[in-house]
Amino acid sequence: MVNSKPLIAAQRFGLGARPGELSTIGDPRAWLETQVRGPGPTPPELASLSDSATILGGFLAARRERREEKKEGGDPVKQTVDLIRKQIVPHYLAQVEARTRIAVNTSAPFHERLVYFWTNHFAVSVDKPVVTGIAGALENEAIRPHVTGRFVDLLLAVEQHPAMIMYLDNELSVGPNSRLALMAARRRPDPKRKIDINENLGREILELHTLGVDGGYTQADVTSFARVLTGWSIGGGQGLLAAGKPGAFHFRENAHEPGSQRILGRTYRESGQEQGEAVLRDLAQHSATAHHLATKLARHFIADDPPAASVDRIARAYRSSDGDLKTVYAALLAEDAAWNPAPVKYKTPFEFVVSVLRAMAIEPPEGKKLAGSFEVLGQRTYSPGSPAGWPDTARDWDGADALMKRVEWSLAVAERAASVRDARTVANDAFGDAVSPATARAIGRAESNAQALALLFMSPEFQRR
Amino acid sequence: MLNRRHFLAGAVTTAALTVWKRPAFAAASTDSRLVVVILRGALDGLAAVPPVGDPDYANVRGALALGAAGSGENAALPLDRMFGLHPSLTGLHDSFKSGELLVVHAVASPYRERSHFDGQNVIENGGTAPSGSADGWLNRALLKLPPNPGRRELGLALGQNVPLILRGRAEVASWAPSILPNAGRDFLDRLADLYSDDPALSARLSEAVNVSDMVEADTSMDAPASAQQPKNDAMRPARDGFARLRQITANAGKLLAADNGPRVAVFDATGWDTHANEGSSQGALSPRLRGLDEALKSLRTALGPVWRQTAVVVMTEFGRTVQINGSRGTDHGTATCALVLGGAVNGGRVIADWPGLRTADLYQGRDLKPTHDLRAVLKGVLHEHLAIDPASLGRDVFPGSSSVAPLTGLIRT
Repeated sequence: MVNSKPLIAAQRFGLGARPGELSTIGDPRAWLETQVRGPGPTPPELASLSDSATILGGFLAARRERREEKKEGGDPVKQTVDLIRKQIVPHYLAQVEARTRIAVNTSAPFHERLVYFWTNHFAVSVDKPVVTGIAGALENEAIRPHVTGRFVDLLLAVEQHPAMIMYLDNELSVGPNSRLALMAARRRPDPKRKIDINENLGREILELHTLGVDGGYTQADVTSFARVLTGWSIGGGQGLLAAGKPGAFHFRENAHEPGSQRILGRTYRESGQEQGEAVLRDLAQHSATAHHLATKLARHFIADDPPAASVDRIARAYRSSDGDLKTVYAALLAEDAAWNPAPVKYKTPFEFVVSVLRAMAIEPPEGKKLAGSFEVLGQRTYSPGSPAGWPDTARDWDGADALMKRVEWSLAVAERAASVRDARTVANDAFGDAVSPATARAIGRAESNAQALALLFMSPEFQRR
Repeated sequence: MLNRRHFLAGAVTTAALTVWKRPAFAAASTDSRLVVVILRGALDGLAAVPPVGDPDYANVRGALALGAAGSGENAALPLDRMFGLHPSLTGLHDSFKSGELLVVHAVASPYRERSHFDGQNVIENGGTAPSGSADGWLNRALLKLPPNPGRRELGLALGQNVPLILRGRAEVASWAPSILPNAGRDFLDRLADLYSDDPALSARLSEAVNVSDMVEADTSMDAPASAQQPKNDAMRPARDGFARLRQITANAGKLLAADNGPRVAVFDATGWDTHANEGSSQGALSPRLRGLDEALKSLRTALGPVWRQTAVVVMTEFGRTVQINGSRGTDHGTATCALVLGGAVNGGRVIADWPGLRTADLYQGRDLKPTHDLRAVLKGVLHEHLAIDPASLGRDVFPGSSSVAPLTGLIRT
């Protein structure tokens, strides 16, 4: 299979060609670079979504209310499940639907793909109930505005987003010498209720978001960084935790561990919230961060095991531009390896579904059905199940059962969409003259248009980008 | 590689297919069954198998401590003078009493950092470093077994995709419940033809067809044979995570029990990363342990008489801090416990060279110190249960582990 540059631009860097897209691309590199020149207009699909503070604030208040009712009897587990189903899941489904609508209809698919790339880099997972309603909000509020800006701004926005704070338990991380800890010890001395830090956010920022696991930090760095981050929390609790806007990021001065901390050989003087921001700014400038991010971008766009020379050049562009992401993307697009005519990246379930809907030019179904599709295909949206995000290598996706699920899904969709478009037209719109003879033959011999469409969706050229 | 004979069989009638699928072969490569369960997220071994007899335990564990057996509603289930079992693990406690559960405590892989993902890589790749190996120890172990007749895969991943532990040269199958109608035979034949120049996709398709044949051949699983028919409830993926786990283990048991089916299976369960509100008898951890306990019970039931030939290993990437953190949970640690259970297991005991819980006893002053190597447990099971010789275990299956002697006496003789 040999793909032309416009097809590579649409398939590998974009989200799969919509009818007519291939002929509008022109110079493929210019087409892609234009898409990341700036943040672009806010997609209208996002207008009807609630913001994270409203969703989380409402959830926390309702949960508190139920807990008070619990004292008067009532089934707390059932009530929480009820609360999530009625109040939170509709937000989740609306976010999944909006995201997929944007992906299916966008004329800046490279820009969108980068949004999803960074969402996966800064993964939170909706299997934690408190995150269920706000994972999509992290993408829309913290990631979208900074995808074409500087990494440091993206990093700061994400680490101060309530979804990340709650996902990695930082709202409960309290300095053992903070005013809050000292006050609590005086009021109610209880050796069983220890007040201390929680390492989770500090560790994952170092390991996953910035330096990478081999980035040269130690356990002592993790612990010190966790102390620096004490106080990064959510507003609107009860009693001593009442300050701040409910459901929004709030720096709790009284929970912050006082004093200087040493991280990666550098001393950070006590400066409240600014202390953590200073660490993040230095982490964003670190050469290990440049290398880690370059590796992940190259893995996403070039190959599961990207060439070291490409990674080095992209990392250099990161360092010399002070982490300007536009410059980094340009360096990626300048790599010959990125234009390898053989499609080598096996699509993830989300990429597969979106590319089918784009090729067919059909709107996604409503949120519940859509979320069900992604779940059946093994990738429930915003649910990687771990802060490392979904793996970006084919061996994690190309299981036999996963392939069978794609077959079953393709048949079900093709059956319903058979009257919409002719499989030969769809193949031609999506691939131009790059449809392989085997696929053309399979389509030509199919017993029905539905079967032909399903074979096209399952063809090797459709499964890879 | 694509099994052409198999796809040609698709052209004949369903009745003929059913006959073809019956186990008309002699017994498969081994009668033993091995199931490996990976608990992703780092199970707190001090919570699952609490050392209630350690004089320092109650103090260091504070609000998370369980009481000694019989001490009230927060009491552990009794194992021996030192150890108890978390009260959610009632099924495992029965297994212990009947001599079918063995616990190895203060155990760790060779990995000594605290990244989940690297830690999981090490317990799956079977080496000493998180990267540099694209295949898993269980796949390499499969290569040491005589092949199954009929070229059926010996290894089965219970999920849509194959985890690292089971990736490698030996072909393996994967299976997960589905809500969608099955693809018809005609479509699969056409797709096999379309994939004939694509070795990767055609291998996957052939593996998938083999498993769906096994599932269809098993009338107790009762899947519809053709497309467009809705699936019955037993085959629909359950919504709730624990119910889904039980569904997977119940069906896995049936697949494993078949005479010419897989001999080795892997599944994983997530949600063990208890940084906050871990709880003791109640809390974040307790329902997860109960879910695991019930899943293992349903595996046992589904295996029926084959349970006698079965060993199940439950392992996790590392343990958690001995001390509680600021959010009534625990952070990433080092040593933890591993479980070996099954009708073939010489259980009813806890193997531990207990390091103690005082600060001076801990690894880096914070974690339970490892005194057993997880590879010794795994090598012991592979040697005694699947008859793989120790030399190849030390060389090929767990490279560089020849100095780590397999634990002996794990399996009944």
